[in-house]
Amino acid sequence: MSKTLFDKVWDRHVVRKIEGGPDVVFIDRHLIHEVTSPVAFLGLKTRGIKVLYPERTFATADHNTPTINQHLPVADPLSANQLKALESNSNEYGISHWGLGHQKNGIVHVVGPENGITQPGTTIVCGDSHTSTHGAFGAIAFGIGTSEVEMVLSTQCIMQPKPKKMRITVNGKLGLGVTPKDVALFIISQLTTSGATGYFVEYAGDVFENMSMEGRMTVCNLSIEMGARGGMIAPDETTINYVKGREFSPKGEAWEKAEAYYRTLYTDADAVFDKEYTYDGSTIEPMITYGTNPGMGIGISQHIPDAEHVEGGVATYEKSLGYMGFSEGDQMIGKKVDYVFVGSCTNGRIEDFRAFASIVKGRHKADNVTAWLVPGSHVVEAQIREEGILDILTEAGFTLRQPGCSACLAMNDDKVPAGKYAVSTSNRNFEGRQGPGARTLLASPLVAAAAAVTGVVTDPRTLIEELV
Amino acid sequence: MAYDKFTVLRSTAVPLPIENIDTDQIIPARFLKATERVGFGDNLFRDWRYNADNTPKQDFILNNATYSGKILIGGKNFGSGSSREHAAWAIYDYGFRCVVSSFFADIFKNNCLNIGVLPVQVSPEFAEALFTAVHGNPAAEIEINLPEQTITLLSTGAQEKFDISPYKKENMMNGFDDIDYLQSIKPEIQEFASHLPI
Repeated sequence: MSKTLFDKVWDRHVVRKIEGGPDVVFIDRHLIHEVTSPVAFLGLKTRGIKVLYPERTFATADHNTPTINQHLPVADPLSANQLKALESNSNEYGISHWGLGHQKNGIVHVVGPENGITQPGTTIVCGDSHTSTHGAFGAIAFGIGTSEVEMVLSTQCIMQPKPKKMRITVNGKLGLGVTPKDVALFIISQLTTSGATGYFVEYAGDVFENMSMEGRMTVCNLSIEMGARGGMIAPDETTINYVKGREFSPKGEAWEKAEAYYRTLYTDADAVFDKEYTYDGSTIEPMITYGTNPGMGIGISQHIPDAEHVEGGVATYEKSLGYMGFSEGDQMIGKKVDYVFVGSCTNGRIEDFRAFASIVKGRHKADNVTAWLVPGSHVVEAQIREEGILDILTEAGFTLRQPGCSACLAMNDDKVPAGKYAVSTSNRNFEGRQGPGARTLLASPLVAAAAAVTGVVTDPRTLIEELV
Repeated sequence: MAYDKFTVLRSTAVPLPIENIDTDQIIPARFLKATERVGFGDNLFRDWRYNADNTPKQDFILNNATYSGKILIGGKNFGSGSSREHAAWAIYDYGFRCVVSSFFADIFKNNCLNIGVLPVQVSPEFAEALFTAVHGNPAAEIEINLPEQTITLLSTGAQEKFDISPYKKENMMNGFDDIDYLQSIKPEIQEFASHLPI
């Protein structure tokens, strides 16, 4: 029978099907961090049970960590306590732990792929909704709650009904200044934040085939923002070349076997999806959001739509624009920007810093802008130095911070003040997401760079063309 | 973690007719720093409920004594965004046992079912009827009958059936969780794992 990529990976991991209930699904790789794991470990202790396969779980500290002076003790006692709990729980149960200051430390969805923990055709979960990132490798990867973290620790399984299947195909040549982030924000703006709820998405078409692994990770990362549990892309040469030789990737004979398996991971020609969408990539502009959910995005040259042209209730729409201090019909270009945040599991990889540097090179940070540039991991930070990107940033008046989730969710001190506008490369523009009262405009690293050097929302294409 | 059994719940309700209520609103990230599951109800809807100086915002429904009860009625696409189970904990800890909406986000719905909060999905029309009834009469009672899978507006008798998988229904009615089940099939899991590469 014809199968989709998703079917192939899911079916291989079903331990048992419960009649009138969920599937029991085996999890190959489990990633944990300090915020959503402590109560799960507490549950294990209360029940008196152990971690079944500690070698399949990996811990990194990221959500709650400072992004300056990481060599000093963490000042906030609650944050310090969570970091300590992650370390002591990992030690107690024999789990690899990459804490603050460890050379492999970084955002969980950046370090997983970087170290070869993320592999095609595996099942990967983490108590974090952006676990969908790992789907870029043709893995089934999705976020879970803390009760499920406890399930995976204790039995390496979770219980989930098999989701429905959706395919989103984008073909065509992307325009100047259009990045994977723009493709994803465009799709979410079409589907809305609940358009893919109940589905697992496969991304297909030459736009994704031509993307680097970093770009594919950005796209899959944002799958959750349209409600999908996850998104995935069939592995190809790009994937295999990326995975080969990394620390936790299979070696020798095991690699030969693994590679042969990876090459079976594609959707069969006549496999059927529950829903399909197709878009023309050449029509996509650099995107920016204007509201308080990621579906409220438009091409950067566009005006904010009227309530009658958007899906959903008028009251909710007005509340959202009121929070942002925007009005229907406003043009986005020229809006004042106070903060620029480059980083997160969405856009905190080397390619994102290359893109940012390509625009700020030879220019200077606008005086009215506070910029937080936060690499996704120490590995990314090292690459930024090695490639000479740090020199470009420094010359343009920017400084680089240390790795972590940072202002994406503002659990640490990196909070945008109330009422201020931030152009952010992260994933959520919810009310208060980047700090109580903060106003977030989601965009690509290129749009962030254009805002950082001009101090207002600026179409990055105008700056790229100046350089040509 | 064990939770109270759920069979029939009869209660007044708190209406929150806003769409796309994400889990960052239900509980903002800065209140996720505990290492134990205690006190999350205090910060439920923190930034909608309190001003920056921690004084209550008078116009927010949870600060309006007219509305109370064990049922929260939310707008469409309730619980989107972050997977934080803390959102479901905060709802439970505050005293709600049931959330009604015309549409739920996946992870949130799953988290609720895992900790004993019953998510009841109704048609958009029925949700509207509930909002109207409760706004018109805050003392209006709603009955959630899990064995029968029905939600009833007692003042009018308007009723709708809701879906839940037989497995999850049995769990909720008995206060069981998935870990109990998974523990019971551990040998089968270990046998399965022995055939998979690490």
